[in-house]
Amino acid sequence: MTLKIHQDHSRFKQIVRGKIKANLRKYVQKGEMIGKKGKDAISIPIPFIDIPRFKYGHKEQGGVGQGEGEVGQQLGPGAVEPGEGKQAGQGEGDHALEVDVTLDELAQILGEELQLPNIERRQNERLISQKIRYTGINTTGPESLRHFKRTFKQALRRQIASGTYDPARPVIVPTREDRRYRSYKLQDLPETNAVIIYMMDVSGSMGDEQKEIVRIESFWLDTWLRHQYKGLEARYIIHDAVAREVDRDTFFHTRESGGTMISSAYKLCRDIILADYPKSAWNIYPFHFSDGDNWSADDTRQCIEMLRNDVLPNVNQFAYGQVESPYGSGQFIKDLREAVGDTPNVALSEIADKDAIYASIKDFLGKGR
Amino acid sequence: MPKSLTPRLAALRDEIHGHAKEFGLDFFDTIFEMVSYDEMNMVAAYGGFPTRYPHWRWGMEYEQLAKGYEYGLSKIYELVINNDPCYAYLMESNPEVDQKLVMAHVYGHCDFFKNNFSFRHTNRRMIDEMANHATRVRRWVDKIGVEKVEDFIDRTLSLENLIDQHAPHIRRNPDPRKAEDELKANERVEGFKVGREYMRGYINPSEFLDSQRKKVEDEKQRAKKFPERAQRDVLLFLLEEAPLEPWEADILAILRDEAYYFAPQGQTKIMNEGWASYWHSTIMTRRALRDDEIIDYADHHSGTMGTRPGAINPYKLGIELWRDIEERWNKGRFGKEWDECDDLRARRSWDKKLGAGREKIFEVRKHYNDITFIDTFLTPEFAMEQKLFVYGFNDKRNSWEILDREFRKVKNKLLQGLTNFGQPIIEVVDGNFENRSELLLTHRHDGQDLKGDYARETLRNLQSLWRRPVNILTRYDNKGTMLRFDGQSHSERKVDL
Repeated sequence: MTLKIHQDHSRFKQIVRGKIKANLRKYVQKGEMIGKKGKDAISIPIPFIDIPRFKYGHKEQGGVGQGEGEVGQQLGPGAVEPGEGKQAGQGEGDHALEVDVTLDELAQILGEELQLPNIERRQNERLISQKIRYTGINTTGPESLRHFKRTFKQALRRQIASGTYDPARPVIVPTREDRRYRSYKLQDLPETNAVIIYMMDVSGSMGDEQKEIVRIESFWLDTWLRHQYKGLEARYIIHDAVAREVDRDTFFHTRESGGTMISSAYKLCRDIILADYPKSAWNIYPFHFSDGDNWSADDTRQCIEMLRNDVLPNVNQFAYGQVESPYGSGQFIKDLREAVGDTPNVALSEIADKDAIYASIKDFLGKGR
Repeated sequence: MPKSLTPRLAALRDEIHGHAKEFGLDFFDTIFEMVSYDEMNMVAAYGGFPTRYPHWRWGMEYEQLAKGYEYGLSKIYELVINNDPCYAYLMESNPEVDQKLVMAHVYGHCDFFKNNFSFRHTNRRMIDEMANHATRVRRWVDKIGVEKVEDFIDRTLSLENLIDQHAPHIRRNPDPRKAEDELKANERVEGFKVGREYMRGYINPSEFLDSQRKKVEDEKQRAKKFPERAQRDVLLFLLEEAPLEPWEADILAILRDEAYYFAPQGQTKIMNEGWASYWHSTIMTRRALRDDEIIDYADHHSGTMGTRPGAINPYKLGIELWRDIEERWNKGRFGKEWDECDDLRARRSWDKKLGAGREKIFEVRKHYNDITFIDTFLTPEFAMEQKLFVYGFNDKRNSWEILDREFRKVKNKLLQGLTNFGQPIIEVVDGNFENRSELLLTHRHDGQDLKGDYARETLRNLQSLWRRPVNILTRYDNKGTMLRFDGQSHSERKVDL
């Protein structure tokens, strides 16, 4: 069924999209978006979508409220609705509206703005995953799914029916029979699977600024690949002279002081692929970030060998991002360029600073692999 | 699209209708329509109407309503349009008890629309009018293009609150005084009455006529300081004086009409929601509720009446105040004797068994708006019972806190929030400011500063309609301040007041 309002609704979405597009470069460079990420959506502050009026600031104005409490007592967070509007998250004073944009939509916008081609899937095999859908209410279930309101309503109902409810002392005690639980069904969802293997040099020369760049860039890489593949896994490898697999949080917050042996990471990457991601069922994307320093020319030779023999034949694309740092020599990208620069499924990118992230995303994703 | 009621619901409607009539409610014919939840969200986004002119903000509103519903945060139960006949909507998926409650609530609103003085001048054929507006705007969209029209609507909406909220909606055009002046001026230019045509040259020599003409010209020149008196209806002033294209004037007129239509609803929110809640509660608990529906009714009713510390719930405040008035007039708790009684115990047991409560509330619903309602009927006892307080923002602690529970302050704050909808009072004082066709507005400052970034953006929009520089005189930090936008840039200077 189509409603008249859908025209206005799509017009609104079009405006929001336009605003996001116009500000995309700014959003890409800023890390703050990552903090606003929910499960499927991200809230983005859109400037000036509100209609300005002559009005008072609510903070100056204050108001009248209702309830218990002594003079001087603080009102809890969220007790006062900012401004006059019902818009969720409409900040006070910053004249911006937060809109929820799905990550999928954000990826589309990214794709349009950077003119990214859709990825040609190497593996089209469909895997099945399951999703839980909460569909109703049940009289049994785990305590974590207990529906409090329904439970108490049921108890109140029983107490009134049995005459044990006293309005003067409205205490309601649910019994076991009163308890109600949310019930769920499992739904099968077909998926095409892909894995990103992030590798990062965490040796002393990689500073916080370099890691921030990697963090931001990986957010956008994730977003785009998730848009292209419904089931996306991510693995994280950090390395200095030795490599180890870590969780996402550790990945971005570890700092070591040792030397750098990139081959250790590539070796671990190869092992992970061999163990968990058969080429026949997975689309595989290793991304490696470093400041370009490696321990020795010998180790670099080992890296290239491993790439050629074990990694490149198995993956959709191997990507290397070199983040400029005051300490790095920046040699590694030159070596890679020379050795595998012509290989179609290799993407290389130099990232001088945050401003360069925008272009770098295009380097990585522009090949449509 | 909307469906008519099922036979079962039609029977329930007839039942509730009967109860409402029996209690003395007096309303226009009321038509209920069944809608699905997204139709409900649409109608709500359109401010209750099935059709509005095209604009993105309805879409924004719709998205938020739909999302709120999806997440289970909010649900719209009742929607009713002030129109003759009244239109109201019922959501398909609601249980019967909710439908009855909504019907009873709706009859309360319809009674209020029909009888409260604030609505006397509203257009009771507004559904048709809104549809006409939509057609007119759509035609302009076809002709001018959606971007331009929408952009103009955005800028005009920015000024939408600059109407004379409390003036009944009368267009003073043509202005009878102006016409009279025009007439007089013409007389003077024609000179004295001439009985015999051959005498004309002697009685009204041409020098005399010339000097008269000049006098009139001069007067006109001087009168160019317009408007003569400060004008609250800024939209009307723009409509008559700004150099608008015909399509712009048409859209401005449409938005102004709609703003005036909605103004009384803003002025009677507490009374109206309270009145409707009072009646749904009365009709349901005394007549319509079946035993097995009590819990769901109570759950729903208490949900509507819920309060948060940082806001006034108009449903709750309204219903309690109506009940308080009814009780006071039932027990004779008003008048000189009551006011002068200091004996707490006597006051508490005061009951003259007047039984005049019902009659009183029907009278009050006719002649008051929120401001006079609160001003007249909010008592210290009531404020204490309802635990009302004033809150404000504490900059040092960076949080909201309770400032005061003193009755006077609570009442004043409440009234302040209701005056002009809690919005600044702004007037046009000069359309030929400094003799350069600039526009000058003033803000009647009452202790609160304007929100700066909003004020500047609004000036920008105003300028785009006026085409010449615009100024507003206000105060910031207690100093007279002139904000100005000249079409290129903003400026700000201190002025002596």
